[in-house]
Amino acid sequence: MIHEEDWRPTASHDLLRARADLLAKIRDFFRSAGILEVDTPACSAAAATDPAIESLATAYTGPGAPAGKPLYLHTSPEFAMKRLLASGVGPIYQICKVFRDGEAGRLHNPEFTLLEWYRPGYDHHRLMDEVEALIYAVLPEPCPVRRVSYGRLFEDLLAINPHLAGPEELRRVAVNQGIQGISALGLPDRDAWLDLLMSHCIEPKLGSGMCFVYDYPASQASLARIRQGDPPVAERFELYLNGVELANGFHELGDHEEQRLRFKADLERRREEGQMIPPVDDRFLNALEAGLPDSSGVALGIDRLLMCIAGAAHISEVLAFPLERA
Amino acid sequence: MATYSTSEFKGGLKIMLDGDPCSIIENEFVKPGKGQAFSRVKIRNLKTGRMIERTFKSSDSVEAADVMEIQLQYLYNDGEFWCFMDPDSFEQHNADAKAVGDSEKWLKDQDMCTITLWNGTPLSVEAPNFVILTIEETDPGLKGDTSGGGGKPATLETGAVVRVPLFVQTGEAIKVDTRTGQYVSRAKD
Repeated sequence: MIHEEDWRPTASHDLLRARADLLAKIRDFFRSAGILEVDTPACSAAAATDPAIESLATAYTGPGAPAGKPLYLHTSPEFAMKRLLASGVGPIYQICKVFRDGEAGRLHNPEFTLLEWYRPGYDHHRLMDEVEALIYAVLPEPCPVRRVSYGRLFEDLLAINPHLAGPEELRRVAVNQGIQGISALGLPDRDAWLDLLMSHCIEPKLGSGMCFVYDYPASQASLARIRQGDPPVAERFELYLNGVELANGFHELGDHEEQRLRFKADLERRREEGQMIPPVDDRFLNALEAGLPDSSGVALGIDRLLMCIAGAAHISEVLAFPLERA
Repeated sequence: MATYSTSEFKGGLKIMLDGDPCSIIENEFVKPGKGQAFSRVKIRNLKTGRMIERTFKSSDSVEAADVMEIQLQYLYNDGEFWCFMDPDSFEQHNADAKAVGDSEKWLKDQDMCTITLWNGTPLSVEAPNFVILTIEETDPGLKGDTSGGGGKPATLETGAVVRVPLFVQTGEAIKVDTRTGQYVSRAKD
């Protein structure tokens, strides 16, 4: 439905300028750090396998693909950037539009701007230092910073061990915390219960400033390496700014065999849930097999960062044309 | 049975929850970057008027509530039910005391009211925002006071009691805002 005034941007001109200013500051930061800006395809023959992330699909037909070639809009430039890393290019960053089906709301738009960068030779703690420095460089004024492990956070705020608690125990905590509708909530697994507690009970208590949460449950490793121990944890971190999830980083998994198994497990899960089965990125797996330098990488949502800087309550305030007006 | 998925959730949508018809006030999409998506919803129970919160898993669906709002003319109260009529079709609906609730004291025959129907039965009755009612009884007040300051209680023809300026007298028709229960002005003839 088109309304007469729908042609207008939802972002003010001040915010459009703030966006341009933010992007310029970010590029300055990386230029000074000697990190190379790269540009990888938005449309790829393969797609993310993560069951929690859905790709948008399109197709190319013409010279080179007369019968039509299915293409997936990237949900992050991760696979392509890791292929560059494996080629030995050194530290790189990218600012690009990424696309995720099924995500729209106060903090979500299906098309959004991601800053992603990779640091060979860094572990996830050293990369957190650099994320912190970048945020400091773009925020108008300094803010408090803290780092806390995922396990500690759940123990402090909810008095449970998130690495060991089973789904029933997590469900009980959710009920005790007063989340409404639990009896009808058929969550598929332990991780979904953890996500419920994280989003409903923990995020609102993270307070203002930067909060780095690190060492995630091994079952939420995604593309992070797992550090053996008791319990084993994923060397993954997230940055929350004023309680809003802003960035996700990994000490990157380099083992191509384990990566292949994780992809397989993702697809298995997708089959069970009746989700789309995307083609696995074999070029990415081949790059890992050829050898990924020991690296850490992080993806940071530019639109949400801009929301924090501008004090915007809804993502549409920082986008020229959100989904409804795209 | 009609259902709505969480992707269809938005303000004003009518759904069934625990057997009661409800209206969605606000829907928030919540999703960790690499995790489970939820719909966190603020809902009003249309039977009790209470606001509640609910969390749904994204893509879950809920039963739709057959709820609609219509404009009906108030006819009379037979002692048990308040009778309303569609002036075009002449179809009549009886609302019970629970549905009429606090609106009762503003209901005057012939006035058009907003009725919320659930499965064809009146669930709630909303009086017009402004009604013209005659004062049945009020103190005579002080002669010569036209300032409107102070005020006094006045009992209206429907039984409602509102504060009116001192210069307004028994037998006069006044305009009242039913949302605040406040006197607005003398009714213009």
